Amino acid sequence: MAGGSSSSSSSFSTAPAPSLVDSLFQRSLDDLIKALRSQPAGAEPSLLSRAVAEIRREIRSPDPDTKAVALQKLTYLSSLHGLDASWAAFHALELLPSPSPLHKRLAYVAASLSFHPSTTDVLPLSTHQLRKDLSPSSPPPFSSLALHLLSLSASPDLALHLAPDLLPLLSPRSSPSSPLRPKAAAAALRTLSVCPDVAPLLFKPLVDCLSSPDLRVVSAAVGAFAELASSGDPTPYLPLAPEFYRVLAESGSNWILIKLLKIFTRLAPLEPRLAARLVDPLCDLLRRSSAQSLVFECVRTVFSGLPDHDRAVRLAVDKVREFLASADDPNLRYLGLRALSMLGPRHSWAVEESREAVIRSLADPDPNIRREALHLIMVMVFDSNVVEISVLLVNYAMKSDPIFANELLDAVLTTCRRNVYELIVDFDWYVSLLGEMARNPHCTRGEEIERQIVDIGLRVRDARPELVRVARGLLIDPALLGNPFLCRILSAAAWVSGEYVEFSRNPLELVEALLQPRTSLLPPLVRAVYIQAVFKVLAFCFSTYIDQLEISQLSSLGNSTTGGASSIVESNTAAAASCIADGIAGMESTDGIATVGPLSENDEVEVHGRARNLLGLIHMLREILTWKTEEQGFIKDNRIGEIVNLLQSMFSEELGPVSVNAQNRVPVPEGLVLEENLADLAWTLTEDDTAPSMSISFSLRSHQHGKTKDAAASSVRSASLLAEHRKRHGLYYLPTEKDETESNDYPRANDPLLPASQGDVPEDLVKLTKQSLIPRKVKHTKPRPVVIKLDEGDGVSTFPSTTVKESKDDLLSGAIHDALLGEGKPSSSQKRYSDKSSRGRVKDIADTGESVSQSKENLESGNREHRSSGSKSKHRGHGKERHRSPQKNEEKEEKNHRNSARSSHHHERHKHRPRGEALLNVAPRAPVIQHFLL
Amino acid sequence: MIRAVIVMNTQGKPRLVKFYDFQPPEKQQELIRSVYGVLSERADNVSNFVEADAIFGPGTQLVYKHFATLYFVFVFDSAENELAMLDLIQVFVETLDRCFKNVCELDIVFNFNKMHMLLDEIIFGGQVLETSSEQVLKAVEEISKLEKSSSAISLVPKSVSARFGR
Repeated sequence: MAGGSSSSSSSFSTAPAPSLVDSLFQRSLDDLIKALRSQPAGAEPSLLSRAVAEIRREIRSPDPDTKAVALQKLTYLSSLHGLDASWAAFHALELLPSPSPLHKRLAYVAASLSFHPSTTDVLPLSTHQLRKDLSPSSPPPFSSLALHLLSLSASPDLALHLAPDLLPLLSPRSSPSSPLRPKAAAAALRTLSVCPDVAPLLFKPLVDCLSSPDLRVVSAAVGAFAELASSGDPTPYLPLAPEFYRVLAESGSNWILIKLLKIFTRLAPLEPRLAARLVDPLCDLLRRSSAQSLVFECVRTVFSGLPDHDRAVRLAVDKVREFLASADDPNLRYLGLRALSMLGPRHSWAVEESREAVIRSLADPDPNIRREALHLIMVMVFDSNVVEISVLLVNYAMKSDPIFANELLDAVLTTCRRNVYELIVDFDWYVSLLGEMARNPHCTRGEEIERQIVDIGLRVRDARPELVRVARGLLIDPALLGNPFLCRILSAAAWVSGEYVEFSRNPLELVEALLQPRTSLLPPLVRAVYIQAVFKVLAFCFSTYIDQLEISQLSSLGNSTTGGASSIVESNTAAAASCIADGIAGMESTDGIATVGPLSENDEVEVHGRARNLLGLIHMLREILTWKTEEQGFIKDNRIGEIVNLLQSMFSEELGPVSVNAQNRVPVPEGLVLEENLADLAWTLTEDDTAPSMSISFSLRSHQHGKTKDAAASSVRSASLLAEHRKRHGLYYLPTEKDETESNDYPRANDPLLPASQGDVPEDLVKLTKQSLIPRKVKHTKPRPVVIKLDEGDGVSTFPSTTVKESKDDLLSGAIHDALLGEGKPSSSQKRYSDKSSRGRVKDIADTGESVSQSKENLESGNREHRSSGSKSKHRGHGKERHRSPQKNEEKEEKNHRNSARSSHHHERHKHRPRGEALLNVAPRAPVIQHFLL
Repeated sequence: MIRAVIVMNTQGKPRLVKFYDFQPPEKQQELIRSVYGVLSERADNVSNFVEADAIFGPGTQLVYKHFATLYFVFVFDSAENELAMLDLIQVFVETLDRCFKNVCELDIVFNFNKMHMLLDEIIFGGQVLETSSEQVLKAVEEISKLEKSSSAISLVPKSVSARFGR
């Protein structure tokens, strides 16, 4: 490095002896960057740690040059390589007062990148230096650096101490077109937002900036107000609306206009007259402006600020359609869709108008656009079109890429679930749609579908037959078993078919499906559900079988007709009979696996236990078979019949949904002490503590027959079972030639489909939606079934209100409110002076109101610690609103007054009030003011 | 406000990082990695906006532009206009181009300080202050001149001052 060596020699003359070595060999930032760039891959960490060690040594050097270069290197490493630089905060501070502009800059850059308002403990030490650099006597670049640091890292304390020093920089007197004034405005914004207490001081100068001839100053001030208004409560800025309106009329800069529109978007909903006055300029801008950013901002203002003004909305919607039609600019298409979604359901005609473009966007190559279109479509879903839209989306999910397919499914699932399925009328349709979703090869939303299947089973009695039918379809398909995302759905399907087995056409088939060999692919918990379902099905079958036997015995004398109705029972008996052989055969393999694989003990125990139960049941039921052969001795063991009936009645007890608050409503029985310390009972345990559960499970082991087969044998048997199973359900199998070659493999359930029809997808989509998105009256062929809904805690969940930020914003807006009211008003508009005197008088008279707000202010600052509870702050919020509203009335009234006649005072105002009230709807509090005024 | 400005190359290496609400360095690296993860997935012919709620918190968006080997990324919230931010990236890149005469990644790599100087003239504490690249260059030149003139007196190592001469 030629530069490096010459520099070291030049610093040699000034540097004191101890830093000689450091300076001589110090690497510059360029050297460091070059070293980092030339290092081999993987050597970076060691290089970085060496560099940091070097910096740690150099930064302590008394020579400012060495120190500055070290600090610069550290800043670089911290900013781009993520190294910690907080330890060097003090060294940055040491360099801040340096007279050299370069050193000062390096120090400020280091500080602005690494100082944190709450964690940098040396930050208060910078106060003095900042003040010095902010003073008008220091060179503008220095002040600029200080402002920059202030705008990034101001802590509340720092803001409070330095706010007065911002004043000279903010005022127009210092120098008319100082480059510092916009920067001071930006710094004032930061100061205001971290420390609302400075509002009385800074607010007025900031307002004055709005009337500066320098556009950059206006821009900075408008930007600051836009930030303040959009981050908190916009109400305090309402009195400034005329000022903003003036700037809107005068300014030609798009940047300023955009920020102004941001402010008006927030203010317009608060003040109908303001909205009315905005319509004309907005329409003008919409028509004339060639800047798309400004047009988009106008559209946003119209859609979210003045949705009631049809003329403006019409114009804005036309602009949005132009956006949507811009084929070559995905940005405009994306923003067009976003704009439409701001409109909300009331203006659904706008979406309807661009329906084709919206639907087409579902197939856009840009995922943003697809997502936005989906969002827009889901907002337009009503109970009349939910079927069409859901079918459209679920079908489209089959063709789209995996990520978006799941977003589509998600959208359908969450929309349909909303508020306890309020959109769904035809549950049979919805249940079969759930089944279809499960068959989507990309589906990863198993948990949600599981939840809904079970939930609908519990809530909607009429949907159960269809639910069981859909569940059968899912259970019987061996291809689904291999997909880990679907096992939750299968679990729900198994549960449903066990629970509502009475609706099943063919329970035998169900048992076979539940015990098919590939169930070994399922996780243990799901297998446990499967086994339990088998248990329920078997109990049901045999109970029916026994009933049937009884009937047939009764009717055997007359040998009367069994009738068509009993044919189902007939088939049940057949099912029951063959269940046993099948069941036992299946169970042995299941159980074999359950005992062989003790890896995940907890889960396996569940499977193990249930398998035992099932085996026990089958063992007992075997007896029944012998009855049949004997035919006459069926009374022989009525005990078994009773047990089976008992089991059946146990399962047929209906499960219902339980409100989350149900437990609260159970009264605590008298004499039950819930808070009692149970530790006292410990001695009872130590006396006769045995392991009861274990002993039982071991005693069952005696029933074990032929289960200790080795793995090879069981695998041979499972293969043969698989072949058997396939023979029966050829429907789900691959073509035979493939079947032969890889006999044990089913097509993976989530194999992607061939993207054959990608090209004409948009056309398909549009074709599919000849139906309108607009709700229209549809004749429902059947009435909506009863959906069990619990009174509370169901569907709608209450979110804890966000409190912390709001309270801060409240503080700020409160402070600004006071600043506006207290210090008189923005001086820029001369016309207000006449009002000021009368206002002052009003304030004196309305002293009580002021004191109320004062005390509120105190209360707030005192209560800052107690903010945590949401209800409390909400409470206060209300109280505050109430306190404030008289003042607000004043405000509005005053404006009203100003608009109409500004010279006259009291009487005039009095005369105008009724009109103002009528317009503003602020009647409730008006009488109170009247008293103050008189 | 603008929450962050990130310039990174197409391999995900950050070249200029500025957060306007403080983030500790490790967190910054993490955020940059997530941003890169999102951007590297995106095709060339798609829109320049990405909803960044998952990375930068609710209500944030990012807009990016891809130039040669670099991504220019601006992160902002609801107080900014999307298309205006896109324009601002253009302003920033044009300014760099005028400053470095056909800017390339290497210019950005070796001019850490100057990059910050330029950026700070355009965006100040998260607010857009200047959108004319001419004005920005003028301001930056003045600062450089001041620093140069004083460094001649105080004998600042040339290797440091040389960087501002580029």
